[in-house]
Amino acid sequence: MESATNVLDVAFGAGAALDGTALFLPAELASRVQFGWTISVHILFAALSIGLAPFIVYFTWKAVRTDSERYERLRSFWLKVFAVGFVMGTVTGIPMSFQFGTNFPQFSAVAGELIGGPLAFEAKMAFFLEAVFLGVLLFGRERVSDRLYVLSSALVGFGAWLSGFWILVVNAWMQTPKGYEMITRNGMEVAQLTDPIAAFLTPRMTWMYVHMINASVIAVALLVAGVAAYILWKKRDAKAWQTALKIAILILIVAAPLQAVHGDAYARHVEDTQPQKFAAMEGHYETGTADLHLFAVPTDLSALTDPRAENLFTISLPRVGSFLASGGDFDAEVIGLNEYEDNPPVALVFWSFRLMVGLGFLFIGLAFWGGYLIYRDRLADSSRYLKAMILASPLGYAALLTGWYVTEIGRQPWVIQDVLKTSEAVSSTLTSTEATASLTAFVVIYIGLVLAALYTLRWLIEGELTELGVTESATDHWYGPIPGVTSDD
Amino acid sequence: MIEPLFIPVETYLVPSLPDVWFGVVMFALAMYIVLDGFDFGIGMLYATRDNDHERETLLAAFGPIWDANEVWLIAFGTMTLAAFPDVYSRLLADNYLIALGFVLALLFRGIGPELREQREDEHWQRACDYSFVGGSVLAPFLFGVLAGSWVFSVGALSLPAILTGVGLVAVSAVTGAAFLAAKTGPALAGEMRDLGVVATLAYLGGVVVLLAVVVWTDAGEAAGTILSAPGIAIVGLSVVAGLSGIVLALRDRYRAWLATALALPTLLSALVALLLYPTIYPATATGLELTVSDAVVSPLALNLTTVLGFPVLVVVLWYFKFLYGVFSGPIETEGYGA
Repeated sequence: MESATNVLDVAFGAGAALDGTALFLPAELASRVQFGWTISVHILFAALSIGLAPFIVYFTWKAVRTDSERYERLRSFWLKVFAVGFVMGTVTGIPMSFQFGTNFPQFSAVAGELIGGPLAFEAKMAFFLEAVFLGVLLFGRERVSDRLYVLSSALVGFGAWLSGFWILVVNAWMQTPKGYEMITRNGMEVAQLTDPIAAFLTPRMTWMYVHMINASVIAVALLVAGVAAYILWKKRDAKAWQTALKIAILILIVAAPLQAVHGDAYARHVEDTQPQKFAAMEGHYETGTADLHLFAVPTDLSALTDPRAENLFTISLPRVGSFLASGGDFDAEVIGLNEYEDNPPVALVFWSFRLMVGLGFLFIGLAFWGGYLIYRDRLADSSRYLKAMILASPLGYAALLTGWYVTEIGRQPWVIQDVLKTSEAVSSTLTSTEATASLTAFVVIYIGLVLAALYTLRWLIEGELTELGVTESATDHWYGPIPGVTSDD
Repeated sequence: MIEPLFIPVETYLVPSLPDVWFGVVMFALAMYIVLDGFDFGIGMLYATRDNDHERETLLAAFGPIWDANEVWLIAFGTMTLAAFPDVYSRLLADNYLIALGFVLALLFRGIGPELREQREDEHWQRACDYSFVGGSVLAPFLFGVLAGSWVFSVGALSLPAILTGVGLVAVSAVTGAAFLAAKTGPALAGEMRDLGVVATLAYLGGVVVLLAVVVWTDAGEAAGTILSAPGIAIVGLSVVAGLSGIVLALRDRYRAWLATALALPTLLSALVALLLYPTIYPATATGLELTVSDAVVSPLALNLTTVLGFPVLVVVLWYFKFLYGVFSGPIETEGYGA
């Protein structure tokens, strides 16, 4: 039991773990794991809608305008993926918002006035738009004009992006709350909205929105590229899929470097507004000048769970951390984790951040490699590149999830930074039996959902290969990469 | 204090704005149980079909619209959170397992039809069918239990709450049958009519039993409200709508039947609103009774949600009309990505 307790301690902070004999998890711990787990699955599908939206609009527009078989094929294939992703996003999104009430009612009561409005706007402005026009897009090809059909795809895409906007308004407010004051209502301290512009359009909002939308675009471009590469690997002259791969790479060439530049500036903003999170990202304990760790590996296993610079083999630039955090001063003081009473689970934040940044640089490399092959007109001929892209197809999602963990776990122990602790937000009436039962149900059902989504993608690819005349896909033995590639969930 | 966007900070736009919002929230609830209700009904009636063509006809009937219908739940939930956050948090915290069971049932209802058509494999399709039918029965049942527990403040494991759940299942079957009768050819419509008549009788019977139990036990002190003039009027109108629906159905006037059938869940929502108002959340283990004015958010927040939200709600209603217009008329069996 020793090691299991350790893992829980690392993941959720010392003292959170169970005593080793309890059959059920404490309600708070179960609620946190449940929320983290459900949002991790939900975000996969939410990002799919956001990232796939531009592809859908483009393919629909080209298919309707040029009447070419190539775009029609791509439109039809990716629209099916979008439809499955949208349904999965909806069915996993409803439990998300319910958990604000079921598991974290104190959070809803304290922050309801600030978060309720944006969430209601999300439903009314974005979600209805997406759901209504997706119905038209999926079933209405013969029932509406070409122009209205293309417009429907644009409205679905706009809905997906707008949805992300309102959700991040809520999240950004939780990270850097502004535009409110605490008042007493029904005998309870709650936040009252005083300045909507300050509350909804926090500086953090802009940072998060660009980073999240771009991360979704990158993740889905890698997925599209991976599927295209796989089909081309089986059938090099599939024209539609050469087009798909090329478009995905062109998108990556813009999006991947943008993410690195933007991410660097975003990290500085985090240092200004959430120094504790920034210190956890860098494993920086002692207040003083900070080095920049370009690369870090643990020299013994304890460093995995307790990443302190002295226990790591690092390649570091001395004082560059100070330089970056302060925007130009090598001697600037960076506050260390030792200054705080409660820290987030540092290991999860530190390693997630390293993984995200490392993957980000990998994507830039893959994008430019692809760009070079396009320039040389050898894109579909390079088996090495096709294989690399097949392997990279889930990695965008891995970067997205680790980035999300940095943001969300890095803010702990606060659910609303410096206003409300997660431990105070959790339901007081929730029993550990109820919480453990629902957590178990969510774990089992959501694993099923992810598998169903992956199998659906596999069947769609099989179907596509059959239509393209690749017969081996119809045999019982499928050695394709998709079913095996599940490391991101 | 500045007045952002020229929206009043200290007072509500109109003094009765909190009550207006109570009405808006109840309107969203009504839209949800009316629109997703007939989706649930289609899911239940799906279980009575054993040939593939009929099953696909039923799926095609609700395919383009169910997703949009379901969003009314989110609208109901988030508008409750925006206007009455204490109600949202207590309702869901007090009924933890029921609420999460409901969203999981919705999940199964939603993915069943979507995944079914992705693969030509009988076992797979059967599994998806079970998921669809099971979710379609369980979701309205649990949502009804949740509503009953809220309105009668007697807890989820009580007769009034469970009977409310059964009532919502029955009324969904009625609206589902009427919707399908109006949308399909004579053969299928005839069978839907017969099933719909049975469901209507079951619903009316269930309402009588529920009200008898509530009046007898005075659960949530609701007896007085039910026996008041508006209470009697709503129950009376439900009986009239139900019985005239049966008559219209038996005369094969399906569109008119559908209109009366949709009145049933609308009246049910009206009864919920009547029973709650002006108390929006009764006293429970987690806190004291809340009235609309206790629970409502401060003027600035509500004014802002009103100014930004109302015009959008009008637009939403307009494009719902558009959506139903595009897919009006008899069902064509067609698949995704056609």
